[in-house]
Amino acid sequence: MNFFRRQRYLVDFTLSSLLRRKGKNLGLLLVYTLIVFMLASVMLFTHGLKQEIGKVLQASPEIILQRMEAGRHALISDAYLEKTGELRGVTERRGRLWGYFYDPAVKANYTMMVAEERNLLGTEVIIGNAIARTRGIGPGDYITFRSHDGETYSFIVKGLLDSGTEMFSADLILMSARAWRATFGVAEGWYTDIVLSVSNPREVANIAQKLSRRMPDTRPILKQELLRTYDAIFSWRQGILFVLLAGAIMAFVIFAWDKASGLSAEERREIGILKSIGWETSDVLQMKFWEGAILSLLAFLCGYLLAYLHVFYASATLFEPVLKGWAVLYPAFRLTPVVDGLQLATLFFFSVFPYTVATIIPIWQVAVTDPDAVMR
Amino acid sequence: MLLNPAIMALLLVSLVVVLMLTTAAGFAVQVLRHWDMGSGSELQLNLERRTYLISTLLTWSFAAELVSLLLFIYNAESMSGQFVGAMCATGVLNVNPWGWPALFVKIAVFFSAAVWLALNALDNQGYDYPLVRLKYFLLLPIVPLVISEAYLQLRHFIALQPDVITSCCGSLFSSTAQGVAAEVASLSPVMAAWGLYLSAAAVVLSGLFYLKRRRGSAPFSLIAIAAYLLAVVAVVSLISPYIYEHPHHHCPFCILKSGHGFAGYLLFIPLFGATALALSVGVIAPCARIPSLEAAVKSRGAALTRLSLGLFLLFYLLASWFLLNSSLVMQEVWW
Amino acid sequence: MHRITLAEVTKVFNQNRPNEYPAIRGISMTIEPGRVTCVKGASGSGKSTLLSLIGCLSRPTAGRIHLGERMISGLPERFLTAIRRHTFGFIFQQFNLIGGLSVVENVVLPAYPLAPDYRTLMDSAQELLARFDLAHKAESQVQWLSGGEAQRTGICRALINDPEILIADEPTANLDSRLSLAFMDQIAQLRHTGKTVLISSHDPLLFDSPVVDSVIELRDGQLLEE
Repeated sequence: MNFFRRQRYLVDFTLSSLLRRKGKNLGLLLVYTLIVFMLASVMLFTHGLKQEIGKVLQASPEIILQRMEAGRHALISDAYLEKTGELRGVTERRGRLWGYFYDPAVKANYTMMVAEERNLLGTEVIIGNAIARTRGIGPGDYITFRSHDGETYSFIVKGLLDSGTEMFSADLILMSARAWRATFGVAEGWYTDIVLSVSNPREVANIAQKLSRRMPDTRPILKQELLRTYDAIFSWRQGILFVLLAGAIMAFVIFAWDKASGLSAEERREIGILKSIGWETSDVLQMKFWEGAILSLLAFLCGYLLAYLHVFYASATLFEPVLKGWAVLYPAFRLTPVVDGLQLATLFFFSVFPYTVATIIPIWQVAVTDPDAVMR
Repeated sequence: MLLNPAIMALLLVSLVVVLMLTTAAGFAVQVLRHWDMGSGSELQLNLERRTYLISTLLTWSFAAELVSLLLFIYNAESMSGQFVGAMCATGVLNVNPWGWPALFVKIAVFFSAAVWLALNALDNQGYDYPLVRLKYFLLLPIVPLVISEAYLQLRHFIALQPDVITSCCGSLFSSTAQGVAAEVASLSPVMAAWGLYLSAAAVVLSGLFYLKRRRGSAPFSLIAIAAYLLAVVAVVSLISPYIYEHPHHHCPFCILKSGHGFAGYLLFIPLFGATALALSVGVIAPCARIPSLEAAVKSRGAALTRLSLGLFLLFYLLASWFLLNSSLVMQEVWW
Repeated sequence: MHRITLAEVTKVFNQNRPNEYPAIRGISMTIEPGRVTCVKGASGSGKSTLLSLIGCLSRPTAGRIHLGERMISGLPERFLTAIRRHTFGFIFQQFNLIGGLSVVENVVLPAYPLAPDYRTLMDSAQELLARFDLAHKAESQVQWLSGGEAQRTGICRALINDPEILIADEPTANLDSRLSLAFMDQIAQLRHTGKTVLISSHDPLLFDSPVVDSVIELRDGQLLEE
């Protein structure tokens, strides 16, 4: 109990000491908060994106089979679909129809896809939010495309895609199979690729191998690989940003060291007085570390909170370009707030730990002031 | 691979700790050569002033090491999605030959750090710095341990290639494979259960005995080590299958996943804590012979023992709870 | 009540360096409990150093100091401080109060590391302030105090842990004659309550005062035989 009471007294003195030197401490606090803010923003944003992608990919098929021609992705025929038939473990297989469409009006690429379950009429389309925004159209309006043979086709917008999936559907246009084949000039019996659903994840690699052997001119893309690659890319991008921020962290460490050792004569005198009236070196050390702890806690909380607001409510406006990539159509999405223990620990080790280590020696140097220094 | 923030953090911490420890080692040598409590010379005064610094550096270093062990495991678990064939931390550690040694050395550092911290805290209670020589002498073997930990960890992280197919816990902890892990996994659950509960009883009894009689700290520590080992064995061969509700899944790392309610952390943190505390008791109890520390050893020894027993009990209760609450029924098969 | 004994005490600053300076050389003396002793000498004679050695603020380079039966000269700072807190109270020439804090906050500061019960601590502080006529100034910031008030705050602070020995280093150097005499009255009161007092001064008003029981003279770090 005495231990806690003692800490209370030390904290009491520390707080009053901090408040007595508001100017200097506020400066340090600001820089500290900024560092935490930057690091936390990066981590929260990438983590949020990763979660988002993970969620969406969950619903995607386990294997996508694409035919390769001269090293490039080519259309795949019905015959291939039949060849995938007798494989055990495959619960569902179908051909997909999708392609890229360049719209010269807004200089953007759309992804046009067939979604049978939407039961669209030949003249109906469902478009993504970004397209709606860029073209300035909504449900009930008309949208026209030039087909592969120069014909102009008009479609009526039946609806917009759910904004919850905006990250992937922003530039998406859904249409009927007939409309799609007419637009792109792809005959019946040919598909863009084939998708297979596999119930047991451990079987996926085996099935992919068998597919490659049976149809050597195809390549299977596994959902597992996609998830892994995204995971790795986001980790890597995070890492790059951290390396770039290393300079900032170094500057912060030097700043912290400087602040801790650049005590004014007044501050040194105070420590000397404390030592002379009965405070021992370890008391002074503890008090000084409480100072660091209070500043760290404040900076960590404020920095993290600001980063949270920045990423999840202001869509990380400062970092978007680097982390998302480059395009014309940006989905306007709200990331689902996600906080994770590993994040917090890493953040702690990149901000509070360097700060503490930087200040240990300066704090010690002043704490070992001779008690009789004030008398000399 | 190295560009992952958590990995960078771990490497940063181990680098800083190595630096702080080598500084401390240099100082330790000076202390062992020149320390003379009775002298009032400037050299002695300087040494005393510097013990504050070194003590502080070491306390922070070791505290960071304790957290670093946790972070290492957590990170390996988190990263498992990036490796083909890995479903949990085991897969990540299997990617290259440095993973498991890094983990084991980290655990060794964890226990050494905990014991040293306990010794240091005790020394601060004695008015004549009674343990100073012992403390700094014991520091010297810890330094190479920490350096090798940093080295192994670094090699492991550098060699983490995502395009290497790694083997999962299924092949490592299966009853039919070769190696220690497999041996442990294939241990009869009945024997594991006996080992677990017998060592539980032994550790609790020896702890209580020490509390009552203030003697027998060494047996308590040794029994605690045995209990720790038997507990780890039990987790692999007996408790994990019940948590997974699958009789052949023995991996002690998959239980760290959120899908299992982070059961792994709930089990391992109290276990490791309890063992570290029990080891500390074994180390500080002999110091009761020193007059300036007698009272401190009495009160601290008791407090540490009580905390250790509390954590051990927590572990055993949780383990039993997992066993009883599982939908896995192995009547007739195991029991 | 403890008697303080010094045996061949030496204090050297900057040992083994070109600017080596022996402030105290081979002093042996005894300070009797319950008395007021005054150390007189010119500046540079080693008065402050002697006081800091006796008051456990520093350690002698050679020699032994005993507090009662216990040898304190070989103790490390940690335990020297522990003894000092309970045994000695210090009053400084420059008052040495912490600006920005109030009078009562300054007074209770030495007790913080000991973590006593808050209520008890505050009561003792208030009682001390009342005794030295500072109760009305309890919440004032110390930088606005007059010289006499600051000195009395220093005395209260020195007494907060109820030490048996009070050490004052040139306490009246920054006070006028009237306040100096008032100070000696306060010392007389403290002696009355059984405290041992050790004062260093080069002011005749102090070492010639009737309140002082014995006078010790220092020159160049050595005792002058009376």
